[in-house]
Amino acid sequence: MKLGLVIDLDVCVGCHACATACKEWNGESLMAGGAPDYDAHGAQPSGVWFNRVRHYEVGDYPESKTLNVPMSCMHCEDADCVTVCPTGASYKRAEDGIVLIDPEKCMGCNYCAWACPYGARELDRNEGVMRKCTLCVDRIYDQALPIAERQPACVLACPSHARHFGDFDDPASAVSTLSRERDGQPLFEKLGFRPVNRYLPPREPAQVPAAKDLAPRGSLQAKLAAMVNRLIQL
Amino acid sequence: MKPALSVIFFTVSSGAGLGLAVWLLVMQLTGRVDASQRLFWLAFVLAAVLVTAGLISSTLHLANPRNAWRAFVRFRTSWLSREGVLAVALYPMAALHAWLSVQQADAARITGLLLIGLSLSTVVCTAMIYACLKAVPRWRTWHTPVSYLLYALAAGGLIWAALCAVAGAPVSGAGLAMWLAACAALVKLLFFAKFSQRVHATLNQALTVPETAPPGRMQGKVRLLDAGHSQGTFLTDEFGFVLARSRARTLRLTMFLLTLPVPLVLLMVGSAGQGGLVPLAAAALCFLGGVLLERWLFFAQAEHVVRLYHGQQRV
Repeated sequence: MKLGLVIDLDVCVGCHACATACKEWNGESLMAGGAPDYDAHGAQPSGVWFNRVRHYEVGDYPESKTLNVPMSCMHCEDADCVTVCPTGASYKRAEDGIVLIDPEKCMGCNYCAWACPYGARELDRNEGVMRKCTLCVDRIYDQALPIAERQPACVLACPSHARHFGDFDDPASAVSTLSRERDGQPLFEKLGFRPVNRYLPPREPAQVPAAKDLAPRGSLQAKLAAMVNRLIQL
Repeated sequence: MKPALSVIFFTVSSGAGLGLAVWLLVMQLTGRVDASQRLFWLAFVLAAVLVTAGLISSTLHLANPRNAWRAFVRFRTSWLSREGVLAVALYPMAALHAWLSVQQADAARITGLLLIGLSLSTVVCTAMIYACLKAVPRWRTWHTPVSYLLYALAAGGLIWAALCAVAGAPVSGAGLAMWLAACAALVKLLFFAKFSQRVHATLNQALTVPETAPPGRMQGKVRLLDAGHSQGTFLTDEFGFVLARSRARTLRLTMFLLTLPVPLVLLMVGSAGQGGLVPLAAAALCFLGGVLLERWLFFAQAEHVVRLYHGQQRV
């Protein structure tokens, strides 16, 4: 199995529901060991997030477009964070490809965070160990949950259904089909870590007519209207 | 990258200690010093102290040092682990070599050669910790291991020369050390002038958005609108360090001055005045200060690619 996420950038509205749902689940989760907050209600709140949503602008006005990009661990096939880990705390599971950290072994050297280009790993200052997205490994295999809920918290929370979870090794799975049909792209492919998660690029935006096209200046009609306006004001 | 003092001191101190060890061993193998002389033990102990201080300093960087012993496990894939394994292997090897040297045994030649190999490999491993990271393009170059080796050997040579004066032995090594320092400065100059000027990755590449594409695909220059957090995060704290360009120029110039012309002048003054201890020690300390500055810049100016996602256009 090659578990991962498909994120539809065409419908993501950038609401941060996935990121907050992730905090809600993993903040309490024993498996992930928690995503702590520091100074949560103070002047400088900060904390560990496994999933962060950033907002970008593509192209130039008036043909520009807002791009909301949620980013979490890409569960890379050639995960450098695992290769560089000196203690063996970081590992990639053979059975489903999920990249995890064993907090019992982690010495908090930050080296894996240096190796990750996606910023998927953040240090837990309280425990001195690294934290990251687990793909909600403590939900997706939980027999006590209804099958529909055996999905990562971020996927369940997404109000615009921009997030999909599944097995990329199965060509018939929803994630494989979506990725194939909508030309799903990995982020930062150039670095060669073979990230599993796919991002569906937005469809081409409709051309918005510019104001000048609606009322061309200097036309006979416009001049006439302007003259009438002046006459009324006299 | 945040220039963490513990890591900077680690690379400089253990590098200089290993460089000094190489000088001592080469001098011993070529018959210029032996275990009956004070100089041998001065250099031996100082090298051990510098390497040990560096290793202890490196553990200060750990958020959870209780698990530091596990760092020797993954030497098959991790350069950090390899560095640890080699550094620790140095101690029994050095003890064995010291014992054989005292016994005047022929086997000391073998342990000496092995120890030279081990010391140089440890310096290379230290450099490769940084040079292997694809996410930090300014480290992933041949300049990194070559300059780490050259600075370690030059520092070792200058310390060796100063120790010669301390022990009252004829001073050797300073000239060759300065040639090594000149090579290091040249490598650094090449790095600053060419490699570090290059665009290694752009925000468009990071988000896989082409700047121009056939119609029907999203295209155009990408800019950050909002990073999604109101205060600093682990990522901005660890990777967001920015060094003002004017300040970087001053620091680079200081670094070059401290690692080449200033120690050179001090050594010339020293040799004119019949090789006193003070100018030799000053040259070594001055050079070490320069290497600390070089290492600080190495970290401060390494731009991690995650900065692209936070709005930097190119690294």
